[in-house]
Amino acid sequence: MANAHRHEWAFVLASTMRITRDFDVAEECVQDAFAKALASWSQQGIPTNPGAWLTTVARRRAIDLGRRRDVAMRSRRLLVTDATTLDREPDSAIEDDRLRLIFTCCHPSLATDTQVALALRMLCGLSTVQVAKAFLVKESAMAARLTRAKKKIAIARIPYRVPKRAELRTRIDAVLLVVHLLFTTGHTSPVGEELSQVDLVERSLDLARMLHSLLPDDGEVTGLLALILLTDSRRGSRVGTEGEFLALADQDRSTWHRDSIDEGLVLVGDALRRGRPGPFTLMAAIAAVHSSAPHWDETDWSEIVGLYDLLIDTWPSPVVALNRAVALSFAEGPDTGLRALDDLSTEPQLSAYPYLAAARANCLVRLERVDEARDAFAEAAMLTENNVERAYLQSRIEELLERRS
Amino acid sequence: MTQYLVLIYENEQSWANADEATVGRMMSEHSSFGQKNGASLRGGNALESSTTATSLRRNASGEIVATDGPFAETKEALGGYYVIEADDLDAALAIAKQVPATFGGVEVRPIRDMS
Repeated sequence: MANAHRHEWAFVLASTMRITRDFDVAEECVQDAFAKALASWSQQGIPTNPGAWLTTVARRRAIDLGRRRDVAMRSRRLLVTDATTLDREPDSAIEDDRLRLIFTCCHPSLATDTQVALALRMLCGLSTVQVAKAFLVKESAMAARLTRAKKKIAIARIPYRVPKRAELRTRIDAVLLVVHLLFTTGHTSPVGEELSQVDLVERSLDLARMLHSLLPDDGEVTGLLALILLTDSRRGSRVGTEGEFLALADQDRSTWHRDSIDEGLVLVGDALRRGRPGPFTLMAAIAAVHSSAPHWDETDWSEIVGLYDLLIDTWPSPVVALNRAVALSFAEGPDTGLRALDDLSTEPQLSAYPYLAAARANCLVRLERVDEARDAFAEAAMLTENNVERAYLQSRIEELLERRS
Repeated sequence: MTQYLVLIYENEQSWANADEATVGRMMSEHSSFGQKNGASLRGGNALESSTTATSLRRNASGEIVATDGPFAETKEALGGYYVIEADDLDAALAIAKQVPATFGGVEVRPIRDMS
Protein backbone atom coordinates (compact mmCIF):
# COMPACT_ATOMS: atom_id res chain seq x y z
CA MET A 1 0.00 0.00 0.00
CA ALA A 2 2.79 2.40 0.94
CA ASN A 3 4.44 1.43 -2.33
CA ALA A 4 1.32 2.19 -4.32
CA HIS A 5 0.97 5.50 -2.52
CA ARG A 6 4.51 6.44 -3.33
CA HIS A 7 4.57 5.36 -6.94
CA GLU A 8 1.02 6.00 -8.06
CA TRP A 9 0.01 9.19 -6.24
CA ALA A 10 1.15 11.68 -8.90
CA PHE A 11 -0.20 9.46 -11.67
CA VAL A 12 -3.64 9.15 -10.06
CA LEU A 13 -3.80 12.84 -9.07
CA ALA A 14 -2.74 14.06 -12.51
CA SER A 15 -5.29 11.85 -14.17
CA THR A 16 -8.07 12.96 -11.79
CA MET A 17 -7.21 16.61 -12.48
CA ARG A 18 -8.37 15.92 -16.02
CA ILE A 19 -11.89 15.73 -14.63
CA THR A 20 -11.88 18.16 -11.73
CA ARG A 21 -9.48 20.80 -13.06
CA ASP A 22 -9.22 21.85 -9.42
CA PHE A 23 -6.44 20.81 -7.06
CA ASP A 24 -8.51 20.65 -3.88
CA VAL A 25 -11.26 18.47 -5.33
CA ALA A 26 -8.73 16.23 -7.09
CA GLU A 27 -6.72 15.76 -3.86
CA GLU A 28 -9.88 14.84 -2.02
CA CYS A 29 -10.84 12.23 -4.62
CA VAL A 30 -7.37 10.69 -4.67
CA GLN A 31 -7.22 10.51 -0.87
CA ASP A 32 -10.62 8.87 -0.94
CA ALA A 33 -9.43 6.31 -3.52
CA PHE A 34 -6.44 5.37 -1.35
CA ALA A 35 -8.72 4.97 1.66
CA LYS A 36 -11.01 2.68 -0.36
CA ALA A 37 -7.97 0.73 -1.57
CA LEU A 38 -6.86 0.13 1.99
CA ALA A 39 -10.19 -1.53 2.78
CA SER A 40 -10.62 -3.38 -0.49
CA TRP A 41 -7.09 -4.64 -1.09
CA SER A 42 -6.73 -6.15 2.37
CA GLN A 43 -9.76 -8.33 1.64
CA GLN A 44 -9.49 -9.00 -2.08
CA GLY A 45 -5.76 -8.68 -2.58
CA ILE A 46 -3.78 -6.16 -4.57
CA PRO A 47 -5.07 -5.73 -8.14
CA THR A 48 -2.72 -6.46 -11.04
CA ASN A 49 -2.58 -2.79 -11.96
CA PRO A 50 -2.91 -0.77 -8.74
CA GLY A 51 -2.48 2.54 -10.56
CA ALA A 52 -5.36 1.88 -12.94
CA TRP A 53 -7.55 0.65 -10.05
CA LEU A 54 -6.88 3.80 -8.04
CA THR A 55 -7.34 6.07 -11.05
CA THR A 56 -10.70 4.52 -11.88
CA VAL A 57 -11.95 4.91 -8.31
CA ALA A 58 -10.65 8.49 -7.98
CA ARG A 59 -12.09 9.55 -11.31
CA ARG A 60 -15.46 7.93 -10.60
CA ARG A 61 -15.55 9.89 -7.36
CA ALA A 62 -14.60 13.07 -9.23
CA ILE A 63 -17.41 12.64 -11.74
CA ASP A 64 -19.82 11.93 -8.89
CA LEU A 65 -18.72 15.00 -6.94
CA GLY A 66 -18.82 17.07 -10.10
CA ARG A 67 -22.48 16.16 -10.65
CA ARG A 68 -23.45 16.82 -7.08
CA ARG A 69 -21.53 20.07 -6.86
CA ASP A 70 -22.45 21.14 -10.33
CA VAL A 71 -23.56 24.58 -9.29
CA ALA A 72 -20.63 25.12 -6.96
CA MET A 73 -18.24 23.77 -9.57
CA ARG A 74 -19.46 26.18 -12.17
CA SER A 75 -18.59 29.17 -10.02
CA ARG A 76 -15.19 27.66 -9.21
CA ARG A 77 -12.15 28.97 -11.01
CA LEU A 78 -11.09 25.96 -13.02
CA LEU A 79 -7.53 25.54 -14.11
CA VAL A 80 -6.47 26.74 -17.50
CA THR A 81 -5.65 23.78 -19.69
CA ASP A 82 -5.14 23.04 -23.33
CA ALA A 83 -8.76 22.32 -24.15
CA THR A 84 -7.78 20.40 -27.25
CA THR A 85 -5.86 17.72 -25.38
CA LEU A 86 -7.63 17.61 -22.04
CA ASP A 87 -11.21 17.40 -23.15
CA ARG A 88 -10.68 14.54 -25.55
CA GLU A 89 -9.35 12.28 -22.80
CA PRO A 90 -6.86 10.22 -24.76
CA ASP A 91 -5.55 7.60 -22.33
CA SER A 92 -2.22 7.60 -24.11
CA ALA A 93 -1.65 11.17 -22.96
CA ILE A 94 -1.80 10.23 -19.27
CA GLU A 95 1.98 10.33 -19.04
CA ASP A 96 1.73 13.95 -20.11
CA ASP A 97 -0.65 14.63 -17.24
CA ARG A 98 2.09 14.10 -14.69
CA LEU A 99 4.28 16.51 -16.63
CA ARG A 100 1.53 19.13 -16.48
CA LEU A 101 1.40 18.61 -12.74
CA ILE A 102 5.17 18.99 -12.44
CA PHE A 103 5.33 22.18 -14.49
CA THR A 104 2.40 23.73 -12.65
CA CYS A 105 3.86 22.99 -9.21
CA CYS A 106 7.23 24.40 -10.31
CA HIS A 107 5.93 27.54 -12.03
CA PRO A 108 8.37 30.47 -11.73
CA SER A 109 5.64 32.77 -10.42
CA LEU A 110 5.55 30.70 -7.21
CA ALA A 111 8.24 31.16 -4.56
CA THR A 112 10.88 28.41 -4.59
CA ASP A 113 9.90 27.23 -1.09
CA THR A 114 6.33 26.97 -2.28
CA GLN A 115 7.35 25.05 -5.38
CA VAL A 116 9.20 22.53 -3.24
CA ALA A 117 6.26 22.18 -0.84
CA LEU A 118 3.78 21.75 -3.70
CA ALA A 119 6.01 19.15 -5.33
CA LEU A 120 6.09 17.12 -2.11
CA ARG A 121 2.36 17.39 -1.60
CA MET A 122 1.11 17.02 -5.18
CA LEU A 123 3.78 14.89 -6.83
CA CYS A 124 4.97 12.75 -3.92
CA GLY A 125 1.68 12.64 -2.05
CA LEU A 126 3.18 13.63 1.30
CA SER A 127 0.59 14.86 3.79
CA THR A 128 0.68 18.47 4.89
CA VAL A 129 1.99 17.30 8.29
CA GLN A 130 4.87 15.46 6.62
CA VAL A 131 5.74 18.41 4.39
CA ALA A 132 5.68 20.74 7.41
CA LYS A 133 7.99 18.39 9.30
CA ALA A 134 10.45 18.20 6.43
CA PHE A 135 10.82 21.98 6.50
CA LEU A 136 10.61 22.36 10.27
CA VAL A 137 7.60 24.66 10.15
CA LYS A 138 4.28 24.39 11.92
CA GLU A 139 1.57 22.38 10.24
CA SER A 140 -0.77 25.38 10.21
CA ALA A 141 1.89 27.50 8.48
CA MET A 142 2.48 24.83 5.83
CA ALA A 143 -1.26 24.34 5.31
CA ALA A 144 -1.64 28.10 4.81
CA ARG A 145 1.27 28.16 2.36
CA LEU A 146 -0.19 25.31 0.30
CA THR A 147 -3.67 26.83 0.30
CA ARG A 148 -2.29 30.18 -0.81
CA ALA A 149 -0.36 28.51 -3.60
CA LYS A 150 -3.37 26.57 -4.89
CA LYS A 151 -5.44 29.74 -4.76
CA LYS A 152 -2.85 31.66 -6.72
CA ILE A 153 -2.68 28.90 -9.35
CA ALA A 154 -6.45 29.14 -9.83
CA ILE A 155 -6.95 32.90 -9.55
CA ALA A 156 -3.91 34.18 -11.41
CA ARG A 157 -4.51 31.37 -13.91
CA ILE A 158 -1.17 29.65 -13.81
CA PRO A 159 -1.73 27.24 -16.68
CA TYR A 160 -1.92 23.49 -16.11
CA ARG A 161 0.06 22.41 -19.12
CA VAL A 162 3.46 21.52 -20.48
CA PRO A 163 5.24 24.72 -21.58
CA LYS A 164 5.77 25.48 -25.24
CA ARG A 165 8.99 24.31 -26.81
CA ALA A 166 10.52 27.81 -26.76
CA GLU A 167 10.35 28.08 -22.96
CA LEU A 168 10.72 24.37 -22.17
CA ARG A 169 14.47 24.50 -21.48
CA THR A 170 14.26 27.21 -18.77
CA ARG A 171 11.15 25.63 -17.28
CA ILE A 172 12.77 22.17 -17.08
CA ASP A 173 15.79 23.78 -15.42
CA ALA A 174 13.47 25.30 -12.80
CA VAL A 175 11.93 21.88 -12.13
CA LEU A 176 15.38 20.31 -11.83
CA LEU A 177 16.40 22.98 -9.33
CA VAL A 178 13.41 22.09 -7.15
CA VAL A 179 14.25 18.38 -7.21
CA HIS A 180 17.92 19.12 -6.53
CA LEU A 181 17.03 21.42 -3.64
CA LEU A 182 14.87 18.65 -2.20
CA PHE A 183 17.80 16.25 -2.51
CA THR A 184 20.38 18.54 -0.93
CA THR A 185 17.98 19.43 1.91
CA GLY A 186 17.57 15.72 2.59
CA HIS A 187 21.21 14.80 2.04
CA THR A 188 22.50 17.22 4.67
CA SER A 189 19.75 18.76 6.76
CA PRO A 190 20.57 22.42 7.28
CA VAL A 191 19.63 22.11 10.94
CA GLY A 192 19.02 19.37 13.42
CA GLU A 193 20.30 16.16 14.91
CA GLU A 194 20.28 13.73 12.01
CA LEU A 195 22.79 14.05 9.22
CA SER A 196 20.24 13.31 6.51
CA GLN A 197 16.52 13.02 6.06
CA VAL A 198 16.27 9.76 4.22
CA ASP A 199 12.68 10.32 3.23
CA LEU A 200 13.40 13.59 1.41
CA VAL A 201 16.30 11.98 -0.40
CA GLU A 202 14.12 9.08 -1.51
CA ARG A 203 11.36 11.41 -2.65
CA SER A 204 13.81 13.45 -4.69
CA LEU A 205 15.04 10.21 -6.25
CA ASP A 206 11.43 9.24 -7.05
CA LEU A 207 10.88 12.63 -8.70
CA ALA A 208 14.12 12.44 -10.67
CA ARG A 209 13.09 8.96 -11.89
CA MET A 210 9.65 10.23 -12.80
CA LEU A 211 11.15 13.12 -14.78
CA HIS A 212 13.58 10.80 -16.49
CA SER A 213 10.83 8.42 -17.53
CA LEU A 214 8.85 11.36 -18.92
CA LEU A 215 11.76 13.18 -20.58
CA PRO A 216 14.32 10.41 -21.31
CA ASP A 217 16.08 12.43 -24.02
CA ASP A 218 16.94 15.42 -21.85
CA GLY A 219 20.62 15.43 -20.89
CA GLU A 220 20.16 17.46 -17.72
CA VAL A 221 17.26 15.33 -16.49
CA THR A 222 19.49 12.28 -17.01
CA GLY A 223 22.37 14.13 -15.33
CA LEU A 224 20.33 14.99 -12.24
CA LEU A 225 19.12 11.40 -11.81
CA ALA A 226 22.72 10.20 -12.12
CA LEU A 227 23.91 12.83 -9.62
CA ILE A 228 21.35 11.78 -7.03
CA LEU A 229 22.06 8.06 -7.51
CA LEU A 230 25.83 8.46 -7.29
CA THR A 231 25.79 10.81 -4.30
CA ASP A 232 23.21 8.76 -2.48
CA SER A 233 25.12 5.52 -3.11
CA ARG A 234 27.41 6.65 -0.26
CA ARG A 235 24.54 7.20 2.17
CA GLY A 236 25.38 4.23 4.41
CA SER A 237 29.06 5.14 4.73
CA ARG A 238 28.74 8.83 5.60
CA VAL A 239 28.02 8.12 9.22
CA GLY A 240 30.16 5.92 11.46
CA THR A 241 29.04 3.42 14.09
CA GLU A 242 28.67 6.17 16.69
CA GLY A 243 26.60 8.36 14.39
CA GLU A 244 29.63 10.50 13.64
CA PHE A 245 30.28 12.16 10.27
CA LEU A 246 32.78 10.44 7.98
CA ALA A 247 34.52 12.49 5.28
CA LEU A 248 34.83 11.04 1.78
CA ALA A 249 38.48 10.16 2.46
CA ASP A 250 37.57 8.09 5.52
CA GLN A 251 34.58 6.22 4.10
CA ASP A 252 34.61 2.46 3.65
CA ARG A 253 34.03 2.25 -0.09
CA SER A 254 33.01 -1.40 0.07
CA THR A 255 29.76 -0.27 1.70
CA TRP A 256 28.86 2.05 -1.16
CA HIS A 257 25.69 0.93 -2.87
CA ARG A 258 26.93 -0.86 -5.99
CA ASP A 259 23.62 -0.96 -7.90
CA SER A 260 23.12 2.80 -7.58
CA ILE A 261 26.69 3.41 -8.74
CA ASP A 262 26.33 1.13 -11.77
CA GLU A 263 23.05 2.74 -12.76
CA GLY A 264 24.46 6.24 -12.16
CA LEU A 265 27.57 5.58 -14.24
CA VAL A 266 25.53 4.41 -17.22
CA LEU A 267 23.32 7.51 -16.95
CA VAL A 268 26.31 9.88 -16.72
CA GLY A 269 27.73 8.34 -19.87
CA ASP A 270 24.40 8.82 -21.60
CA ALA A 271 24.07 12.45 -20.41
CA LEU A 272 27.60 13.33 -21.51
CA ARG A 273 26.90 12.07 -25.01
CA ARG A 274 24.05 14.56 -25.42
CA GLY A 275 26.02 17.61 -26.51
CA ARG A 276 27.31 20.36 -24.27
CA PRO A 277 26.87 19.14 -20.69
CA GLY A 278 24.85 21.28 -18.27
CA PRO A 279 25.60 21.77 -14.56
CA PHE A 280 23.81 18.64 -13.27
CA THR A 281 25.56 16.43 -15.82
CA LEU A 282 28.93 17.92 -14.82
CA MET A 283 28.24 17.47 -11.11
CA ALA A 284 27.23 13.87 -11.83
CA ALA A 285 30.44 13.39 -13.81
CA ILE A 286 32.43 14.63 -10.79
CA ALA A 287 30.54 12.24 -8.52
CA ALA A 288 31.27 9.49 -11.05
CA VAL A 289 35.03 10.07 -10.79
CA HIS A 290 34.78 9.49 -7.02
CA SER A 291 32.57 6.46 -7.50
CA SER A 292 35.07 4.95 -9.95
CA ALA A 293 38.08 5.30 -7.64
CA PRO A 294 38.66 2.08 -5.63
CA HIS A 295 40.48 4.10 -2.93
CA TRP A 296 40.68 7.78 -1.96
CA ASP A 297 44.38 7.74 -2.94
CA GLU A 298 43.48 6.69 -6.46
CA THR A 299 41.09 9.58 -7.12
CA ASP A 300 41.76 11.26 -10.47
CA TRP A 301 41.95 14.81 -9.10
CA SER A 302 43.11 16.50 -12.30
CA GLU A 303 40.03 15.07 -14.06
CA ILE A 304 37.90 16.51 -11.24
CA VAL A 305 39.53 19.95 -11.49
CA GLY A 306 38.92 19.91 -15.26
CA LEU A 307 35.24 19.11 -14.69
CA TYR A 308 34.96 21.92 -12.12
CA ASP A 309 36.46 24.32 -14.69
CA LEU A 310 33.66 23.37 -17.11
CA LEU A 311 31.10 23.65 -14.31
CA ILE A 312 32.24 27.19 -13.42
CA ASP A 313 31.77 28.17 -17.07
CA THR A 314 28.13 27.03 -17.09
CA TRP A 315 27.33 27.87 -13.47
CA PRO A 316 29.59 30.58 -12.03
CA SER A 317 29.04 30.38 -8.27
CA PRO A 318 31.30 30.87 -5.24
CA VAL A 319 30.26 27.46 -3.90
CA VAL A 320 31.44 25.79 -7.10
CA ALA A 321 34.68 27.79 -6.91
CA LEU A 322 35.14 26.55 -3.33
CA ASN A 323 34.76 22.92 -4.38
CA ARG A 324 37.15 23.48 -7.25
CA ALA A 325 39.72 24.92 -4.84
CA VAL A 326 39.44 21.80 -2.66
CA ALA A 327 39.96 19.56 -5.70
CA LEU A 328 42.93 21.74 -6.66
CA SER A 329 44.47 21.20 -3.23
CA PHE A 330 44.55 17.46 -3.95
CA ALA A 331 45.62 17.78 -7.58
CA GLU A 332 48.41 20.33 -7.07
CA GLY A 333 49.04 20.50 -3.33
CA PRO A 334 47.62 22.19 -0.24
CA ASP A 335 49.44 25.51 -0.78
CA THR A 336 47.86 25.95 -4.24
CA GLY A 337 44.48 24.97 -2.78
CA LEU A 338 44.84 27.37 0.13
CA ARG A 339 45.66 30.25 -2.21
CA ALA A 340 42.53 29.52 -4.24
CA LEU A 341 40.47 29.34 -1.02
CA ASP A 342 41.89 32.62 0.28
CA ASP A 343 40.83 34.27 -2.98
CA LEU A 344 37.26 33.41 -1.99
CA SER A 345 37.42 34.89 1.52
CA THR A 346 35.77 38.13 0.41
CA GLU A 347 32.80 36.42 -1.29
CA PRO A 348 29.72 37.68 0.58
CA GLN A 349 27.85 34.46 -0.29
CA LEU A 350 30.45 32.41 1.58
CA SER A 351 30.80 34.64 4.65
CA ALA A 352 28.53 32.38 6.74
CA TYR A 353 29.34 29.16 4.88
CA PRO A 354 31.01 26.63 7.21
CA TYR A 355 32.61 24.63 4.37
CA LEU A 356 34.98 27.46 3.40
CA ALA A 357 36.52 27.55 6.89
CA ALA A 358 36.56 23.73 7.03
CA ALA A 359 38.30 23.51 3.64
CA ARG A 360 40.92 26.06 4.75
CA ALA A 361 41.43 24.07 7.96
CA ASN A 362 42.07 20.88 6.00
CA CYS A 363 44.69 22.59 3.82
CA LEU A 364 46.34 24.13 6.90
CA VAL A 365 46.55 20.71 8.59
CA ARG A 366 48.28 19.31 5.54
CA LEU A 367 50.72 22.25 5.65
CA GLU A 368 51.39 21.53 9.36
CA ARG A 369 50.09 25.01 10.30
CA VAL A 370 48.34 23.50 13.31
CA ASP A 371 47.31 26.64 15.23
CA GLU A 372 45.73 28.28 12.20
CA ALA A 373 44.02 24.99 11.30
CA ARG A 374 42.48 24.80 14.76
CA ASP A 375 41.14 28.35 14.48
CA ALA A 376 39.65 27.57 11.08
CA PHE A 377 37.94 24.40 12.38
CA ALA A 378 36.56 26.42 15.29
CA GLU A 379 35.15 28.97 12.84
CA ALA A 380 33.49 26.21 10.81
CA ALA A 381 32.04 24.62 13.96
CA MET A 382 30.58 27.96 14.94
CA LEU A 383 28.96 28.40 11.52
CA THR A 384 27.39 24.98 11.00
CA GLU A 385 23.89 24.35 12.30
CA ASN A 386 24.03 20.58 11.83
CA ASN A 387 24.94 18.82 15.08
CA VAL A 388 26.60 15.82 13.43
CA GLU A 389 28.85 18.11 11.42
CA ARG A 390 29.64 20.19 14.49
CA ALA A 391 30.64 17.11 16.47
CA TYR A 392 32.95 16.09 13.63
CA LEU A 393 34.60 19.52 13.55
CA GLN A 394 35.04 19.48 17.35
CA SER A 395 36.75 16.10 17.11
CA ARG A 396 39.18 17.51 14.56
CA ILE A 397 40.00 20.40 16.94
CA GLU A 398 40.65 17.98 19.80
CA GLU A 399 42.83 15.85 17.57
CA LEU A 400 44.96 18.92 16.78
CA LEU A 401 45.19 19.86 20.46
CA GLU A 402 46.46 16.37 21.27
CA ARG A 403 48.98 16.57 18.49
CA ARG A 404 50.50 19.69 20.04
CA SER A 405 50.82 18.32 23.54
CA MET B 1 -9.93 35.30 -20.70
CA THR B 2 -8.76 37.08 -17.59
CA GLN B 3 -7.90 40.71 -17.16
CA TYR B 4 -4.67 41.63 -15.44
CA LEU B 5 -3.51 44.97 -14.10
CA VAL B 6 0.14 45.64 -14.89
CA LEU B 7 1.39 48.18 -12.35
CA ILE B 8 4.53 50.02 -13.34
CA TYR B 9 6.85 50.85 -10.45
CA GLU B 10 9.82 53.05 -11.21
CA ASN B 11 12.33 55.22 -9.43
CA GLU B 12 10.89 58.73 -9.69
CA GLN B 13 14.25 60.39 -9.06
CA SER B 14 15.68 58.66 -12.12
CA TRP B 15 12.73 59.86 -14.17
CA ALA B 16 13.21 63.42 -12.88
CA ASN B 17 16.92 63.32 -13.76
CA ALA B 18 16.43 61.82 -17.21
CA ASP B 19 17.37 64.09 -20.10
CA GLU B 20 14.96 64.95 -22.87
CA ALA B 21 16.31 62.37 -25.29
CA THR B 22 15.85 59.59 -22.69
CA VAL B 23 12.32 60.68 -21.89
CA GLY B 24 11.51 60.82 -25.60
CA ARG B 25 12.91 57.32 -26.14
CA MET B 26 10.84 55.94 -23.27
CA MET B 27 7.69 57.55 -24.60
CA SER B 28 8.24 55.99 -28.00
CA GLU B 29 8.88 52.62 -26.30
CA HIS B 30 5.47 52.87 -24.69
CA SER B 31 3.82 53.78 -27.94
CA SER B 32 5.40 50.85 -29.78
CA PHE B 33 4.40 48.55 -26.90
CA GLY B 34 0.83 49.79 -27.38
CA GLN B 35 0.90 49.20 -31.12
CA LYS B 36 2.36 45.73 -30.78
CA ASN B 37 -0.07 44.57 -28.08
CA GLY B 38 -3.14 46.54 -29.07
CA ALA B 39 -5.29 43.40 -29.29
CA SER B 40 -4.66 42.59 -25.60
CA LEU B 41 -4.75 46.13 -24.20
CA ARG B 42 -7.91 47.23 -22.38
CA GLY B 43 -6.59 50.49 -20.97
CA GLY B 44 -3.70 52.22 -19.35
CA ASN B 45 -2.40 55.55 -18.15
CA ALA B 46 0.67 57.29 -16.91
CA LEU B 47 0.36 58.93 -13.48
CA GLU B 48 1.69 62.23 -12.23
CA SER B 49 4.49 62.05 -9.69
CA SER B 50 3.71 60.56 -6.26
CA THR B 51 4.46 63.99 -4.74
CA THR B 52 1.10 65.06 -6.18
CA ALA B 53 -0.74 62.22 -4.40
CA THR B 54 -3.12 62.64 -1.48
CA SER B 55 -3.96 59.67 0.73
CA LEU B 56 -7.13 59.29 2.77
CA ARG B 57 -7.18 57.13 5.87
CA ARG B 58 -9.47 56.70 8.81
CA ASN B 59 -7.99 57.88 12.10
CA ALA B 60 -8.65 56.34 15.54
CA SER B 61 -11.95 58.17 15.96
CA GLY B 62 -13.19 57.07 12.54
CA GLU B 63 -12.82 60.37 10.73
CA ILE B 64 -11.31 60.37 7.27
CA VAL B 65 -8.08 62.33 7.32
CA ALA B 66 -6.14 63.46 4.28
CA THR B 67 -2.37 63.20 4.21
CA ASP B 68 0.11 64.43 1.65
CA GLY B 69 1.81 61.71 -0.37
CA PRO B 70 1.24 58.16 -1.64
CA PHE B 71 -0.29 55.39 0.49
CA ALA B 72 3.05 53.64 0.91
CA GLU B 73 6.39 55.37 0.58
CA THR B 74 8.70 53.19 -1.49
CA LYS B 75 11.84 53.75 -3.50
CA GLU B 76 10.01 52.69 -6.64
CA ALA B 77 6.64 54.41 -6.89
CA LEU B 78 3.57 53.50 -8.89
CA GLY B 79 3.91 55.61 -12.00
CA GLY B 80 1.46 54.10 -14.46
CA TYR B 81 -0.50 51.01 -15.41
CA TYR B 82 -1.91 48.94 -18.22
CA VAL B 83 -4.98 46.73 -18.18
CA ILE B 84 -4.40 43.70 -20.35
CA GLU B 85 -6.47 40.66 -21.22
CA ALA B 86 -4.87 37.24 -21.59
CA ASP B 87 -5.70 33.54 -21.61
CA ASP B 88 -3.54 32.71 -18.62
CA LEU B 89 -0.67 33.95 -16.48
CA ASP B 90 1.99 32.79 -18.92
CA ALA B 91 0.41 34.85 -21.70
CA ALA B 92 -0.02 37.83 -19.36
CA LEU B 93 3.61 37.66 -18.23
CA ALA B 94 4.77 37.47 -21.85
CA ILE B 95 3.02 40.79 -22.52
CA ALA B 96 4.06 42.37 -19.20
CA LYS B 97 7.70 41.55 -19.97
CA GLN B 98 7.51 43.96 -22.90
CA VAL B 99 6.22 46.88 -20.81
CA PRO B 100 8.98 49.51 -20.81
CA ALA B 101 10.10 50.13 -17.21
CA THR B 102 13.70 51.24 -17.50
CA PHE B 103 13.89 52.61 -13.93
CA GLY B 104 12.11 49.77 -12.16
CA GLY B 105 9.77 46.91 -12.91
CA VAL B 106 6.16 45.85 -13.09
CA GLU B 107 3.75 43.89 -10.93
CA VAL B 108 1.08 41.72 -12.56
CA ARG B 109 -2.18 41.26 -10.68
CA PRO B 110 -5.27 39.39 -11.82
CA ILE B 111 -8.36 41.60 -11.76
CA ARG B 112 -11.17 40.01 -9.80
CA ASP B 113 -14.00 38.78 -11.94
CA MET B 114 -17.16 40.18 -10.33
CA SER B 115 -19.57 38.77 -12.90
